Amino acid sequence: MDAVLVPVLIMGVMGFTIGAVLAIASKVFYVYEDPRIAEVESSLAGANCGGCGFTGCGAAAAAVVGGKALPSVCVVAGPETTAAVASIMGMDPGTAESKLSCNSCDGGLRAENKYHYMGATTCAAIAAMYGGKKTCEFGCMGYGDCVRSCLFDAIFINEKGFPTVIESKCVGCGACERACPKSVLHVVTMSDRLLAFNQTDGRLAPCRQECPAEIDIPRYIAQVRDKDYAGAVATIRERNPLLLSCGRVCPHPCEDYCRRGIEEEAVSINQLKRFAADYEMNTGSRLPISCAPDTGKKAAVVGGGPAGLSCAFFLRRLGHDVTIFDAMPKLGGMIRYGIPEYRLPKEVLDWECQGILKTGIEAKMNMRLGEDYTTKSLKEDGFDSIFLGIGAWSDYMLNVEGEDLDGCYTGIDFLTRFALQQQKDSLEDTPIPIGQKCAVIGGGNTAIDCVRTLVRLGAKEVYIVYRRTRNEMPANMVEIEAAEHEGIQFHFLAAPTKVMGDANGKVMGLEYLKMELGEPDASGRRRPVPIEGSETVIEIDMLITAIGQGPDVSFKDKESLDDMRFTRWNSIEADPETLQSDIPYIFTAGDAYTGASLVVAAIGGGRRAARAMHLYMTDQEVTPVEKSLREKHIPVSIFDKVPGLNSTTRVEMPELEVEERIQSFVEADLVITEEDAEVESNRCLSCCITCYDKD
Amino acid sequence: MGDYIVLIISCVFVNNILLAQFLGNCPFLGTSKKMETALGMSMAVIFVMVLAGGITWSVYHMLLVKYNLQYLTTIAFIVIIASLVQFVEMFLKKSMPALYAGLGIFLPLITTNCAVFGACLINIGEEYTFMQSLVTSFGFAAGFGLALILFAGVREKIILARVPKALQDTSIGLITAGIMSLSFFAFKGMV
Repeated sequence: MDAVLVPVLIMGVMGFTIGAVLAIASKVFYVYEDPRIAEVESSLAGANCGGCGFTGCGAAAAAVVGGKALPSVCVVAGPETTAAVASIMGMDPGTAESKLSCNSCDGGLRAENKYHYMGATTCAAIAAMYGGKKTCEFGCMGYGDCVRSCLFDAIFINEKGFPTVIESKCVGCGACERACPKSVLHVVTMSDRLLAFNQTDGRLAPCRQECPAEIDIPRYIAQVRDKDYAGAVATIRERNPLLLSCGRVCPHPCEDYCRRGIEEEAVSINQLKRFAADYEMNTGSRLPISCAPDTGKKAAVVGGGPAGLSCAFFLRRLGHDVTIFDAMPKLGGMIRYGIPEYRLPKEVLDWECQGILKTGIEAKMNMRLGEDYTTKSLKEDGFDSIFLGIGAWSDYMLNVEGEDLDGCYTGIDFLTRFALQQQKDSLEDTPIPIGQKCAVIGGGNTAIDCVRTLVRLGAKEVYIVYRRTRNEMPANMVEIEAAEHEGIQFHFLAAPTKVMGDANGKVMGLEYLKMELGEPDASGRRRPVPIEGSETVIEIDMLITAIGQGPDVSFKDKESLDDMRFTRWNSIEADPETLQSDIPYIFTAGDAYTGASLVVAAIGGGRRAARAMHLYMTDQEVTPVEKSLREKHIPVSIFDKVPGLNSTTRVEMPELEVEERIQSFVEADLVITEEDAEVESNRCLSCCITCYDKD
Repeated sequence: MGDYIVLIISCVFVNNILLAQFLGNCPFLGTSKKMETALGMSMAVIFVMVLAGGITWSVYHMLLVKYNLQYLTTIAFIVIIASLVQFVEMFLKKSMPALYAGLGIFLPLITTNCAVFGACLINIGEEYTFMQSLVTSFGFAAGFGLALILFAGVREKIILARVPKALQDTSIGLITAGIMSLSFFAFKGMV
């Protein structure tokens, strides 16, 4: 009897003791865990397969509850599981942002070989030998470690030898990113992509480094080449929401860095951007723009110009609630009221602004900062951060005698009043009287816009009076040429000294001193020096001074903004990397920060500010972009010569004949044809840092 | 003292639990692809094996031998080791969260590591004293860690070698383990 009883008893007692000890231990060593973790875990597949990238289902559940993973984390289970997990978490399963693998190199194989390789055909093996056999140390080697690492067959090596991600199959587990020894593949969310900025170790073509908005130029040109116009639009829109406007007015600094341009004519990058942008508008239907799930944070964007629209657009896509406040009756800021109709038709701009608002942005028009509201009142209304994109709307004065005579105007004021009248938004009934002989002082784009507008309004003789020469004019070269074609007379090396009026106080002449060029000044341009006794008078009956503009900061007197510093040009002081002002919740960009500058720079700045505001509103530290390449270039990527090119010619931009265009405000520059777009996109060398496609 | 050193050398090199006694092959192959995981697993095994060695010795000598129930050794040890791991996991989670996070998934995995069970049985079979069983347990665990870390180093290099398709991954791993085992046999007769 004992032979059975004793062992059973002993095992029983042992089992009981252990059970009791564990039970007590579970109470004594109890650590609070979110009960949802257990709930989520029980709805996951329970296979502990690790396909999601976490160590087992428990870890995945903890990640979901901790906000580090999505309800769709489980790669084995189907949509029911996702829905179940989402309901436990109180989330909408459809809106969560999913991660996708993106390939950042598709050209590494073009680089020269350093050595002949006969070893194992894996990326890891060849990377271990002097960092790979190609001279390009950044590029994809094409041996497909990522393909082997993918458990879901979502990557394949395409005919050119580079990994291509099948987005519908990719679950964003990150296995390929870990497998790639060159970090060519990145598994990121859309928000991560929108927040990315050029970095010193990025795979960036020279044009991409130069573009102030950091658009992935080679990628959208390749998409145009492949006739994937929708893809090209999406690529541009990841960096620039104003593609229709930029396609028309951008002075394309990128083209100055085009490698083809070193040997011959640069690729007409901006024409291709306009082609893609116009393609979307001409189809009449808008491509969908996705936004991240709502964060519940509110941002106020003051100023609906390019910087404000860009900032609002990216904040909205990052999931924030955005309201734009603008002092003018319609959105667009300087690109609506400063850029004339013939360069950027208002119809196009309206279509573009509507598209941006359609992402879910509210716009409050005719609201002026300092009069209708203040930054403090915005803060009190529950806005978590404020963007000041107030632009540069205040014209500089010449400070010469007679500047205030009847018939004298300032550049931005003139263009704005005219644009308001043209759009029938103005309260003034009488149009600005246009003279017969008009002079515009200045050499920038505003001056050119004024003269070209005056020609169209019927002025007989229009002069530009500029104190340096044509080479130093800051206006875009195409604009200067167009003005010349339209019959504008240029008075170079002329410094106005006096405006003369008649007995009725009406302007009748402009006196200027002739100048000669001396030593270069701080801006690198040769400083004009007056020639004694060279006073010359031109007879005029209208004068516009367009010698530059600065931000209108009258709002700062309406509230005590002592904590905020301004430069001596009235622009707002901010950290150049984060664009955060001295008041932590106020950010800025565009002309308000840089002084009058390019539209594309304002767009780039708007996105940079959106990144900082996103960090600020999501309670993260507002830090500069790591290894930032802002306004710099990667030295090895800038070549002196580009051997091996076949000579080609650049596609000409079609434009209206001079006789036709100076009669009206119809858009002067036209879009290139699909055939030309194909030819032009094939001229792109698809450059990366060190390699490019030879013909 | 000298005896203990001899005992440790014997456990680590001569009678290496992995390469000489072929216990614990499952984690040996499973966690040796990366040095990082191999280190984590080694630390977890050392921790659990020393604890298990001490407790199983006590249970055997104070309970099973007393009631003449040695034939229950296997089942008793399995229950003890499994619940010990559970207990240790709870304890670490509460009192040493850093260590718990460091060991991560490897701690619960040890429940099914036959090297732990094997080492406990060897302690009993060799009729070691309590102190000796603690030392041998530590030695065996250290030997396990040594073999695992060496093997992980080799496997990280194998990726760079040209392996015939049929022998890739686990196959070449087993062949490598065999060669390592042969080389460890060179320690035979040292103690």
